[in-house]
Amino acid sequence: MRIKTVLLIAAPFVAAFFSLFIGGYTISPLNVLHALKSGLCGAGSQEAAIVLDIRLPRIILAGLSGLALSTSGATLQAVLRNPLVDPFILGISSGAAFGCAVTIGFAPFIPLQAAAFLGGGAAVLIACLIARTAVGEMSRLSLVLSGVIVSAFFSAMVSLIKFFVDQMKLQSIVYWLMGSFSVADWSQVRSAGIGIFLGSLPVFLLRWRLNVISMGDEEARTLGVNVSRKRLIFISAATLAATSAVAVSGIIGWVGLMVPHLVRMMVGPDHRRLIPLSMAGGATFMILADTAARNLTEFDIPVGIVTALAGAPFFIYLMKRSGRESWGR
Amino acid sequence: MIRVEGLSFRHHGAPTPVVKNVTFSVPNGGIAVLLGPNGSGKTTLFKSIAGLWKPCAGKVLLNGREMAHLSFRERARLLAVVPQEHAPPFPYTVLEAVLMGRAPYVGPYASPSRQDRQKALHALDAVGISALADRPYTGISGGERQLTLIARALTQETPILLLDEPTSHLDFRNQHKVLEMVGRIASREGLTVLMTLHDPNLAACFAHRVVLLKAGEMMAEGTPAEVLTERHLERLYDIGIGIASDTERRFIYPKSAFVVPEAFNTVPEG
Repeated sequence: MRIKTVLLIAAPFVAAFFSLFIGGYTISPLNVLHALKSGLCGAGSQEAAIVLDIRLPRIILAGLSGLALSTSGATLQAVLRNPLVDPFILGISSGAAFGCAVTIGFAPFIPLQAAAFLGGGAAVLIACLIARTAVGEMSRLSLVLSGVIVSAFFSAMVSLIKFFVDQMKLQSIVYWLMGSFSVADWSQVRSAGIGIFLGSLPVFLLRWRLNVISMGDEEARTLGVNVSRKRLIFISAATLAATSAVAVSGIIGWVGLMVPHLVRMMVGPDHRRLIPLSMAGGATFMILADTAARNLTEFDIPVGIVTALAGAPFFIYLMKRSGRESWGR
Repeated sequence: MIRVEGLSFRHHGAPTPVVKNVTFSVPNGGIAVLLGPNGSGKTTLFKSIAGLWKPCAGKVLLNGREMAHLSFRERARLLAVVPQEHAPPFPYTVLEAVLMGRAPYVGPYASPSRQDRQKALHALDAVGISALADRPYTGISGGERQLTLIARALTQETPILLLDEPTSHLDFRNQHKVLEMVGRIASREGLTVLMTLHDPNLAACFAHRVVLLKAGEMMAEGTPAEVLTERHLERLYDIGIGIASDTERRFIYPKSAFVVPEAFNTVPEG
């Protein structure tokens, strides 16, 4: 248990470090180390600029996005008591994409991050309202279905926007939607980093409460938890983290659903461990996926394609092997 | 002590209340059982007393403090609820499930401490399932799960314990084992206990006070000897009731008109 934990926490840093050495522009390992050193002391060459201003922010942004999506997925799964949800399935990603598309297409004066949060927040709110019955219960199936509905609705709205905007904007929306870190720079790291930090911190601090809340509303209340307030905090935080990632990277599926499940299979469902290790696992997975995305072919393929290609079969394999234990029944 | 005063409950939008003007109290250290047929409002009354559903009239006093004025956290330090059997979405270990009973004491940004863990282990020991501590909660039997939930309630360290049909999913043996356990722990710790049950015989064995509920109204209340009579039970369940007794025990049974046909009692000659 302890060894697994240490390895998982170290994994994103190791992955990030090795990812620095790999890239389209060949730089000898010695020069990469040299560049890192020069980054600390100032003074840089062209190679140093590639390592410090292109590769490093891209790796950090990928790591942060992976962390945000998997934290968000793990949180939503616990709060909604549903192992089948993640920010993508609930429509948060599509809602955020809609917000961003509106901003890119018509209202460039609205900050992308804010638009993404508003869109994603609207989506999750609508999905939960549709799924809620008169008694206030949310069945697992109806929640997934209403997420699909909301997701489809916002995707259609994005298509509508794509239809109306001019060529240039269309291109940037389409490429952005595919999910990619290819234009990552330090300003993106900063703008996404703030939202991801503000979204992940409350989840991290309150993570033991997720255990209690996942037992159901009534039980959590008899255990002294103010469920309505806590749920609002958790869902808002999860939405903020996920939409901050979407705003810089577009829609990247699978990570939010898959990583928490993988981690649960490794260390069990206790959120005291699950949340920090999902953060580490999500960051690692995304860094590896993005490293593959920019190096597998001559082109910089969208990382969303890589996560789906790598994620689906891996997930099927794990589900067949030990899915029962992780899914509870 | 639990005191229920003139409590009525009406579902949202319903014309008439399902629980009407119920008043009774459970003295400190007493075990009270709520009996009533299906649909009598037993569960509704239980949930109102547990503070989950808000009554439309009347109040519930826990050790003299009015429930409606307490926060969830304050309530959870006065009153622990053992819910009916349920399946959680994630396979927490038995120990992790029991640790959740410390929620009303753990700070909002904190996790359970070593002492909380000790208390959880102690409660597991008290109900006799220490060996299951690291087993997944979803992979144990119904009786063991009920004991886990009782252990969780004990880690809440409340003076009052509420149990919602603690025997409903248990076999003949486990029904008695679980109730014996509750009775023993309650008298040792001086807990005030209120539970709902289906079987009047179990009520007769384990209760100090019995409350009969029919069609949302309290029909009778008192000691088992006063309340569990043929007359009361026939009215409560609308069937013929007989009571067989010897010097120590009384056995309540339904007078059934059905008799197993004689033909099936003899082995046909072949």
